Amino acid sequence: MSPEKTEKSATGQTAQAQVRRLLSLIPYLRQHDGASIADVAEAFGVPPKRIREDLNVLWMCGLPGLSPGDLIDIDMDAVDGEGVIHLSNADYLTRPLRLSADEALALILALRTLRGVTATGDRDAIDRALAKLESVAAEGPDRVAGQAEVAVTGGGEDTRATVTEALRRGKRLELTYDVASRAETTHRFVDPLRVFVLEGYGYLDALCYLANAVRSFRLDRIASIRITDTDVAEHQVQLRDVTKGWFDALKDAPLVTLALDRAAAWVAEYYPMESVTPADDGGLTVTTRVSDPAWLRGLLLRLGGGAQVLSPEDAGDSAADAASEALDQYAALAG
Amino acid sequence: MAPRKTERILNLTICLLVTRSFLPKSRIREIVEGYHDLSDQAFERTFERDKEELRKLGIPLQVGSFDAFFDDEPGYRIERSAFELPSIELDAEEAAVVGVAARSWQHTAVAESTRSALAKLRAAGIEPDASRLGALEPNVSANEPAFEPLWHAVLDRARVCFTYRGGTTRTLEPWGMTSNKGRWYVIGHDTDRRATRMFKLSRILDTPRRVSKEGAYEVPADLDLRALARSLAPEEPRAAAVIAIRPGRAPGLRRNGRPVEAERLGQLSHAWPPGFDVVEVPYADLGYLCEEVVGYAADAVVLEPAELRTAVIEQLRRVAATRSAPRHYAPSVGSPVEGAVR
Repeated sequence: MSPEKTEKSATGQTAQAQVRRLLSLIPYLRQHDGASIADVAEAFGVPPKRIREDLNVLWMCGLPGLSPGDLIDIDMDAVDGEGVIHLSNADYLTRPLRLSADEALALILALRTLRGVTATGDRDAIDRALAKLESVAAEGPDRVAGQAEVAVTGGGEDTRATVTEALRRGKRLELTYDVASRAETTHRFVDPLRVFVLEGYGYLDALCYLANAVRSFRLDRIASIRITDTDVAEHQVQLRDVTKGWFDALKDAPLVTLALDRAAAWVAEYYPMESVTPADDGGLTVTTRVSDPAWLRGLLLRLGGGAQVLSPEDAGDSAADAASEALDQYAALAG
Repeated sequence: MAPRKTERILNLTICLLVTRSFLPKSRIREIVEGYHDLSDQAFERTFERDKEELRKLGIPLQVGSFDAFFDDEPGYRIERSAFELPSIELDAEEAAVVGVAARSWQHTAVAESTRSALAKLRAAGIEPDASRLGALEPNVSANEPAFEPLWHAVLDRARVCFTYRGGTTRTLEPWGMTSNKGRWYVIGHDTDRRATRMFKLSRILDTPRRVSKEGAYEVPADLDLRALARSLAPEEPRAAAVIAIRPGRAPGLRRNGRPVEAERLGQLSHAWPPGFDVVEVPYADLGYLCEEVVGYAADAVVLEPAELRTAVIEQLRRVAATRSAPRHYAPSVGSPVEGAVR
């Protein structure tokens, strides 16, 4: 096998990725004559130096024969001088290449994910865009679009519509919200900041006046929602980077080590773990970060003794005490 | 050097796109920059690889006869209508949702596919403007190591082999993938078991390997991933439990339940703590409901059925027994089922 097969340029991109981009770059530059390198780089989602490398390749290409009249023409003086691109003599590439199956499916799934948290207006736009994209996909609409699905739990239509409207009009919201880890229902006023989807659930990030801080609310746990007439206040807040997942938010939380028996082993794949080690009895020893003791208490209760806390030694006592309290209550009621 | 190869493939693409007739390999070798310096053997190898590159890029290569008198040597060309993105126009709203959605993928390879899809749309004159919907941030992640090989196998219709939890080796014709609650599943035909099966990617223990060429099987024309995935969802509730809930607590139970009618309240065989709301909760799986109720500890008291009440109390006892040091007093707990009748 020749080393060329997997060769990468100094910047680490494959020839395939570059050709893919060049085939779009040519028709793009024909439509955007005089575009700046910076703008083109942004449009293509790559660093400006990539576009510069692309231009160096492009002006070595053209019609067979490659005599000066056959080559794609790029005004390199303008590139070096003003940083703008004039490309010509490539009339045979006026349209981009078709969407490949992976490109079409990636975009279709992304739109379906977004669809899970949007209400009527935006959702109609998503449906129209989906239909158009599916119709231009390389291998026919049915094959590609049916091959992957994303389910997003994003709350009811009423919740989504109200959140969308509040964000659009900049209005405060009144929420009744179920706090899962504390197993209680709360009532609060919030200023909506953004809606995001993470790991299959839709969330509202908002400045919460009950907590006086930014909180993430899972849309399907919003029991009731009402838009108020109050305008949202100005908030100087930095929203966290959700692309790092929940794990990042837990990075400073204390560590807890659990011994899980076979029946409780699902926990290891359900929650982010710092370490997972198989134990002799077929169970697992896992270490995880716990920011909310109430969450751990609920988990230990649900596992019903299938998990034993190894360290810190007393971290499971509140679950044991809660169980005793519940047993006392049953005993008292039974009289 | 990558630029050499990039140039050669781009020049080959342009050459095959502008040719009116099929071009034989020998002619391609003469006119496309990058081939003439190669030995016969090196040329053959390079040309085969370049054809493969075109295929991977999704460039449709037509093979045909270039000359009626010499039809033993195949010729090549790219048909423009199959190459070009068909006309597509998106209005401002549609372009905005595409722009926002395009930022969703966190998986590197799929994010790259989205990026190049967007580049094509931009090159077709569409200007996705994500800023219109700046407050929306969708994310799709796929952290399972098995995701990428399976994603490509699905797209290529290639049979795969992998080790599943429990150590069994499975051979699958993957039809499609589905994500639910952030977890990925692959659905397809299990060739060993001759049945439709679904596998959770996080339970695949090794990297799925391809054991067939591309296009090795047909995906059922009526494939409905949603329906197949639904058939794995929890069963429809068949029974109902009666549970007393502390006010403002156990919202999950409360949301799934409905208040018990007054006349039925009088017929219940167990007492409940004063002030608690009595709710009827439908369920499909007693064990699952038991776990949920135990999770709420003293905030939820099972009144019916007896089977659930017993199971909850047994589970509470197991948890109570896990205390690291004994409590100051140990309350005696009578059996709640017997002797519970008022």
